[in-house]
Amino acid sequence: MAQAVTSQRGPVTGTATHKRKKRPFLLDLYSTAVGKKYVMGITGIAMMGFVLFHMIGNLKMYMGAADLDHYAHFLQTLLYPLAPKGWVLWILRGGLISMLFLHLHAAWSLTRLNRHARPVKYQSKRDYQIANFASRTMRWSGIIVLAFLVWHLLDLTFGVVNSHVGEMITHSGDEESVKSVYASVVHSFDRTPVALFYVVANILLGIHLFHGTWSIFQSLGWNNPRFNTWRRGFATGFAAIVVLGNVSFPIAVMAGIVG
Amino acid sequence: MSNHLKNITLRIWRQAGPAAKGNFETHVVDEITDEASFLEMLDILNDKLVTEGKEAVVFDHDCREGICGTCSLMIDGQAHGPQRGTATCQLHMRQFKSNDTITIEPWRASAFPIIKDLMVDRSAFDRIIESGGYITADTGGAPDANLIPISKIVADAAMDSAACIGCGACVAACPNGAANLFTGAKIAHLSRLPQGQAERYSRVEAMVETMDERFGSCTNHGECEAACPKEISIDVIALMNKDFRKAKFSNRKDLARK
Amino acid sequence: MTLTDELFAKNTVKLDSKIPDGPVADKWDNYKENMKLVNPNNKRKFKVIVVGTGLAGASAAATLAELGYQVDAFTFHDSARRAHSIAAQGGINGAKNYKGDGDSVHRLFYDTVKGGDFRAREANVHRLAQVSVDIIDQMVAQGVPFAREYGGLLDNRSFGGAQVSRTFYARGQTGQQLLLGAYQQFSRQVGLGGISLYNRSELIDIVVIDGRASGIVVRDLVTGEITSHAAHAVVLATGGYGNAFFLSTNAMACNVTAAWRAHRKGALFANPCYTQIHPTCIPQSDDSQSKLTLMSESLRNDGRVWVPVNPNETRLARDIPEEERDYYLERLYPSFGNLAPRDISSRAAKRLVDKGQGVGPKKNGVYLDFSEAIERLGHDVVQERYGNLFEMYERIAGENPYETPMRIYPASHYTMGGLWVDYELQTNIPGLYAAGEANFSDHGANRLGASALMQGLSDGYFVLPYTIGNGLAPLLNKPMPGIDHPEFKAAEEAARERFNAYLAINGTKSPDYFHRELGKIIWDYCGMERTEEGLKKALELLPALYQEFKTDLRVTGEGDNMNQTLEKAGRVDDFFQLGMLMCRDALDRKESCGGHFRSEYQTDEGEALRDDENYCHVAAWQWGGDPMTPNLNVEPLEFEAVHLATRSYK
Repeated sequence: MAQAVTSQRGPVTGTATHKRKKRPFLLDLYSTAVGKKYVMGITGIAMMGFVLFHMIGNLKMYMGAADLDHYAHFLQTLLYPLAPKGWVLWILRGGLISMLFLHLHAAWSLTRLNRHARPVKYQSKRDYQIANFASRTMRWSGIIVLAFLVWHLLDLTFGVVNSHVGEMITHSGDEESVKSVYASVVHSFDRTPVALFYVVANILLGIHLFHGTWSIFQSLGWNNPRFNTWRRGFATGFAAIVVLGNVSFPIAVMAGIVG
Repeated sequence: MSNHLKNITLRIWRQAGPAAKGNFETHVVDEITDEASFLEMLDILNDKLVTEGKEAVVFDHDCREGICGTCSLMIDGQAHGPQRGTATCQLHMRQFKSNDTITIEPWRASAFPIIKDLMVDRSAFDRIIESGGYITADTGGAPDANLIPISKIVADAAMDSAACIGCGACVAACPNGAANLFTGAKIAHLSRLPQGQAERYSRVEAMVETMDERFGSCTNHGECEAACPKEISIDVIALMNKDFRKAKFSNRKDLARK
Repeated sequence: MTLTDELFAKNTVKLDSKIPDGPVADKWDNYKENMKLVNPNNKRKFKVIVVGTGLAGASAAATLAELGYQVDAFTFHDSARRAHSIAAQGGINGAKNYKGDGDSVHRLFYDTVKGGDFRAREANVHRLAQVSVDIIDQMVAQGVPFAREYGGLLDNRSFGGAQVSRTFYARGQTGQQLLLGAYQQFSRQVGLGGISLYNRSELIDIVVIDGRASGIVVRDLVTGEITSHAAHAVVLATGGYGNAFFLSTNAMACNVTAAWRAHRKGALFANPCYTQIHPTCIPQSDDSQSKLTLMSESLRNDGRVWVPVNPNETRLARDIPEEERDYYLERLYPSFGNLAPRDISSRAAKRLVDKGQGVGPKKNGVYLDFSEAIERLGHDVVQERYGNLFEMYERIAGENPYETPMRIYPASHYTMGGLWVDYELQTNIPGLYAAGEANFSDHGANRLGASALMQGLSDGYFVLPYTIGNGLAPLLNKPMPGIDHPEFKAAEEAARERFNAYLAINGTKSPDYFHRELGKIIWDYCGMERTEEGLKKALELLPALYQEFKTDLRVTGEGDNMNQTLEKAGRVDDFFQLGMLMCRDALDRKESCGGHFRSEYQTDEGEALRDDENYCHVAAWQWGGDPMTPNLNVEPLEFEAVHLATRSYK
């Protein structure tokens, strides 16, 4: 943890003689800022995988209610009958929750570290050269996306604010009924403020991804002059695909293409 | 050839001591040749202040050739001022125009406490080097210099990162007050060379942990690279991150097998 | 009887250079075989103070600490990495003969003695050449990224005054890389507890008790506190006094205070008039200029120096046809051409500028032209070799040297004179050593390029660690005066009074004003060409200006916190006193040699005319109580391995 250092006078000697604490190596790694950034990178990759596949899965919406609902059912029954219904999904969710927790914890403690590292701000206006809107608003874009995530879960997973969640439907040709995800989504986006919040949050997610995805290469030390120039392009492309896909859903609902 | 700039307004941070409250003080430089360096302009101002019985503005400077790393200054919100790849001491007045207002502030970071006015204490950098920024080679036992051939590409890359002058602009420019560029540059210099392999992992561990005690964290803004008077690339930070991870995971008994 | 013998008989101090026996090539080995050693367990009982953390100081402190001595290191910088060794650009000599072009220890030794115009001590120079090979090995082992060939072996370039390629380099930043190497090794010892580092602490006095150096008094630049530090031996590695000229290539803070304070306590100051004026610096552009910037001598490997034949030339450089250009170095010194030694190149430039053939807006420079090299090698190769120097030039001069030739002019750069030391680098005060540019020992009257880095590291790594042990061995378990000794208290009190006095004058002019005026006098009368008349004039002007300094100085602020004006006042005070000694020494040395050129003593062709009969000696001055009344002591120079000859680079 960065500490405020006062200018001390007197001789300096033996600064490297103190014994370092012995800890399990993973804790040791995580105790440093470099290690925390490493964790942010790894958890970031996991969550990037989630948002990408979440978006791709939801594209089923354009193939009709039955396809989307069957896809949701597939997730519920992943690896069934090897595993009981719903278990694998919960294991995946558990993984994602712990990734999110680690990502948040690392972000929170790094933020604290950085505050301590410059307790007195510059008193004149900074003239940033490289730092962009995305890199400088990671904390805010992250917090807003997190707030959206909570809303999104309450809305479409737990149905606290969406009465259609949990409704069952039997599609033509099916033997058993499945959850009517399609109807929940359409209901959700029929409320204009919800749709707008969704759009704004996803744009912020894109901004977060734009810097985060590029950052991963640096934080994890994946650096090679042969592909360094692609890193920015990859980050831009990834963020754009996720945002375009996600934002298309509420627009499609509001425009009447879906629903 | 030389032009004269007129009516330059300087807003200079004055602070009596580490704990004192500081403020901006305004001075006007009526006329100055554009051949003068930025610090020569401050020299002239100081000479005037002393002659008037006022205290001179304290600022760090020494070689004035852009190599010793003593000079600092946040000039108009940029570490070392507006010219790319240039330390404050090499900045010349031809970068400015008549009637400009120039704001000068000390570098701000908890690891760089202000001593007086524009002067800060950058000893924290020395602590990082002391913890491991060297190759252990006691005087006397060195083998012949040509014993290990080192590819020109490797030697050049090591030199690129070894060019760091330790001025602290990276920390000053970093929105988080991180010293990753400084630390990464030394790690890249030494760990790129064959001579540096024996201590490669212990070095990166010790240096990163020491850096952590005093500085903020890297969030990959890239401001450090833009401010660096030697234009050291943030690639060295990636290299440090990679070596730090390896230091934690790899079996060091097998170091020589790689 | 020669003048040297006459003067020697009048010496007020017994000067023993302690040169070991045997042929010159064996002296250093003989010394090492016969010197006294300190048992490893006993080394920790000795404390050594090292003042200065440049190449010589950092390498000495690191090596002594590695050996087990307790080292207290002092620097007035914020960090040990800032010393001005860092600004050396071109390279470091080493007699490795990696190029197979006929180099050897003897040839480096010979070149250095000859380059120094036969005014250096043979034995010291030979030792320097011998250890030059070890320095290269040591620095490579420490990770200094010297330039390499594609095959991975070390590359070399040529430097002035040599006909072989023996200069190792790291782009145009060799000094930086070597200093950082030494600094890292030094820092390792700070980390391990072998060295106690005092930063932002300036030496302001030396304490001598019963004829032996017992410690130092320092001023903490941050708090203004004045404290004493005792030790068994004190090493001064505090650099040269080139800033006496005010405008020089030295860093702003470089000063003579440590050496001068030692001088005032009895240490002899040798050959102060030997100052080097470097031929390739960027000319002064305006009156407010604070320093001059060096452009590495290595540029002369590929750059050609010329001036227009017509003094009234108004065309741009590139429009002047070949036949109207005077490539004067190639014309005057065909075998060395553009790589003629520094003193010779500098004087040649000065003469042409004095004749009105100078170039640039102030007509105060000569061209250093790369157009031929760019044509021959291509833009990219030139950029690869000199890119960073070209960029630096463009930042300072505002012109692009790829398109317009650089303008260069000589400037004060290095001082060969310094504290008199014997073969062990010990001054005439036992226990007080001087290393690097602070001593006078190895370069005679002129230093060759790429030899300063070599000397600093040689002194620090490979000489002092041996000779200090030899000096300390007899002191084992003997009591040493502590800082409560009255001499320490008296020195502290005197220092306090001195600094309070600067603050109390309350005159009208800043220390910088006096420094600038002082520099002008020394440059005009004790610069590249000196005359009896001029030096006498300087010796009238200097005391008068010094008197004004003492009565009309203005230092604002207080003494108990960071006060750069006050620091400066102390340094300028010492420069004044030294300036008088420089002029006095130059006046007394009635010959021309190396950097010391007296107009009265020159050949018909305008080359330096030495007087080996009467001046083949070191002039070592003793403090006489007043800067104007020093006592001269001489050490005759004897040449066994090298024949005294007229230096010729034609």
